[in-house]
Amino acid sequence: MTGNVAQAWGAKLARAQVIAAYPITPQTTIVERLSDFIAKGELQAKYLTVESEHSAMQACISASLAGARTYTATSSQGLLLMHELLHWASGQRTPVVMGVVNRAVGPPWNIWVDHTDTMAQRDTNWIQAYCENNQEVLDMVIQAYKIGEDAEISLPVMIMEDAFYLSHTAEPVEIPHPTLVDAFLPTFHPRHVLDVDEPLGFNVLAGPDLYEEFRFQLAHAMEATATRIPEVDEEFERSFGRSWGGLMERYRCEDADVVLIAVGTATSTARVVVDGLRDSGVKAGLAKLRFFRPFPREDIKHLAGEVDSITVLDRSYTGTYGGAIYTEVVASVKEIPHSPKVRGFYAGLGGRDLSPEVIKDCMMETLKAEESGVVWADVREFQEV
Amino acid sequence: MVKLSLPQEEYVVGGHVGCLGCGAVLAMRYLLKGLGPRTILSIPACCWAVLTGSYPRAYLNVPFVNTAFESTGASIAGIRAALDIRGVEDVTVVGFAGDGGTADIGLQALSGMLERGDNAIYVMYDNEAYMNTGTQRSGSTPLGAWTTTTPVGGAGRGKEQPKKDMMGIILAHRVPYAATASVAFPEDLVRKARKAREIAGPTFLHIFSPCPPGWRFSSEKSVEIARLAVDAKVFPLYEVEEGTYRINRNPRKPIPVSDYMSLQERFGHLTKKMMELFQAEVDRNWEMLLRMVEITEEKPLWG
Ligand SMILES: Cc1ncc(C[n+]2csc(CCOP(=O)(O)OP(=O)(O)O)c2C)c(N)n1
Ligand code: SF4
Repeated sequence: MTGNVAQAWGAKLARAQVIAAYPITPQTTIVERLSDFIAKGELQAKYLTVESEHSAMQACISASLAGARTYTATSSQGLLLMHELLHWASGQRTPVVMGVVNRAVGPPWNIWVDHTDTMAQRDTNWIQAYCENNQEVLDMVIQAYKIGEDAEISLPVMIMEDAFYLSHTAEPVEIPHPTLVDAFLPTFHPRHVLDVDEPLGFNVLAGPDLYEEFRFQLAHAMEATATRIPEVDEEFERSFGRSWGGLMERYRCEDADVVLIAVGTATSTARVVVDGLRDSGVKAGLAKLRFFRPFPREDIKHLAGEVDSITVLDRSYTGTYGGAIYTEVVASVKEIPHSPKVRGFYAGLGGRDLSPEVIKDCMMETLKAEESGVVWADVREFQEV
Repeated sequence: MVKLSLPQEEYVVGGHVGCLGCGAVLAMRYLLKGLGPRTILSIPACCWAVLTGSYPRAYLNVPFVNTAFESTGASIAGIRAALDIRGVEDVTVVGFAGDGGTADIGLQALSGMLERGDNAIYVMYDNEAYMNTGTQRSGSTPLGAWTTTTPVGGAGRGKEQPKKDMMGIILAHRVPYAATASVAFPEDLVRKARKAREIAGPTFLHIFSPCPPGWRFSSEKSVEIARLAVDAKVFPLYEVEEGTYRINRNPRKPIPVSDYMSLQERFGHLTKKMMELFQAEVDRNWEMLLRMVEITEEKPLWG
């Protein structure tokens, strides 16, 4: 099945109760499939055909407050339109789960893979997981509910898949048995709901004497995810015999001279590159960031204590000096006494092919470089027309 | 003197920070008297978002959620969907928004909800400007009115456009029930709230809610001004049920708009000519309303 169908299956197996979504390429097949599931009676859910992504997110937030498990999916411009409400979802501590197909942000119009859309939401206090293949997509949607609905966490979660590379590419995917999923994921019982028998007010004002404490609690909840995420994955492995690791997965990092840090499908290509480099005598490794929020700060610090050179691949441009991942990696490695050299590379934007050659060049250039810095890896000479 | 037959129960708790004479507070009080305790409210940014209280206090005795400014329609759709799928019955879901949150920034989400036919009541309490942010004009501000963004003096002559016809926009969605109501006629308001509650589908109440600081009048005059608005036909009381129009109060002795306007500083600058323009606008709207009543008496427009 494709990544989008895997998303839909994840939401179905998790028994999402309220689904509200608005179509955008390349997300459409997720919501089409979910509509089908509901129409055929395979999924008992309310599907709200809202008039925008903005309303999709609002409907999910309010439905969640009213006690329903919710799901939505979007991409690119649709995600940007939701921005204000993403803060509402996390601030209100509603564990909405959202599938995001990473697509470039316009202008110029471009529907291909690029992570700028979700990286631009990194400050909204959503948990963010990036997937490498379609099995991971399906499994992570199920895990997302378990993580987000944890009483100590109560945060919304985005599950990312790369446009077309995953969203529209079919791979063999094992569908977990529904009874096993039900055992793994109990029904949603939030601590507080909109309930006429127990009237509560949500989101009343909090002035300077209280506001910061609300934010502190939010930060605390995000911190708690760093330990809960690996636990949930271990529970998942016990139930389904598959495991994806914690916040970061290491691939051949032992005694490495250079390690690449990346997210999404580029990590699959990177595994091949690392193998090739190892074969030719270069001690290369890969650190796949499975989560960007919470940022795997501790994993990165451990890694930084073991290698001298780190390559960071950013498939997004966020207007910072160095990409979104680069800046966070640099901030993390600076917390240890002898921080390694970190080279950041912008590459593969707007669906440009991230070939093994490009990735290999980035790693070799890192080894050669004298100091940390940022480079556009695969940009072509720009010509005025 | 006739005694009002309003329910005794209060769902708006004393101690809130509404201004003296706030029409919006009366609107909420009467609405909830009509709807009763099995009501869930979604309230966007507006004066009422402040009136609901500061943590840990809440000044409503029904469950509510304060939401983003522009998404009330989607919020109540989500709440209803959740209650339905969870099998929670006999609960009224209400969006309670200001005129800015309804006629301007929230129009899209509201239209979506009406068009889908979601089962909820959408209430627009109309104080005819963005009051929470200090009286800026909204689409619902009347012709000629002073606001901080339609200033008076120099080239400024108050708002240059007439008030947006929200009932017209709502009715274009062929909703089963939509009504205007006024804080000067609480029994009528309570009846309309109950009527809306009984209908399984999207319903709309447009409640006229005078605002002493924003309209610049002294606070004891709120109800009087609301009554004058009805009697001057500036804000007629009517309801539309399944495509049939009905006027709920036909002023026997209509008064000129100037009687209504002269009590409010926001119209203080209006010249005789501008008053005439305003009167012509009011007369035209009233004529149209009478025609709609006539047309739909024989055959409803829909339903
Ligand atoms: C997206 C967004 N834009 C602007 C605001 C600022 N804002 C808060 S309340 C308000 C005006 C509300 O006006 P109205 O809906 O008429 O209600 P009232 O305050 O008059 O009761 C504005 C502009 C906001 N909260 N959110
Ligand atoms: S500004 Fe107007 S609407 Fe707002 S609380 Fe005061 S009187 Fe009520």
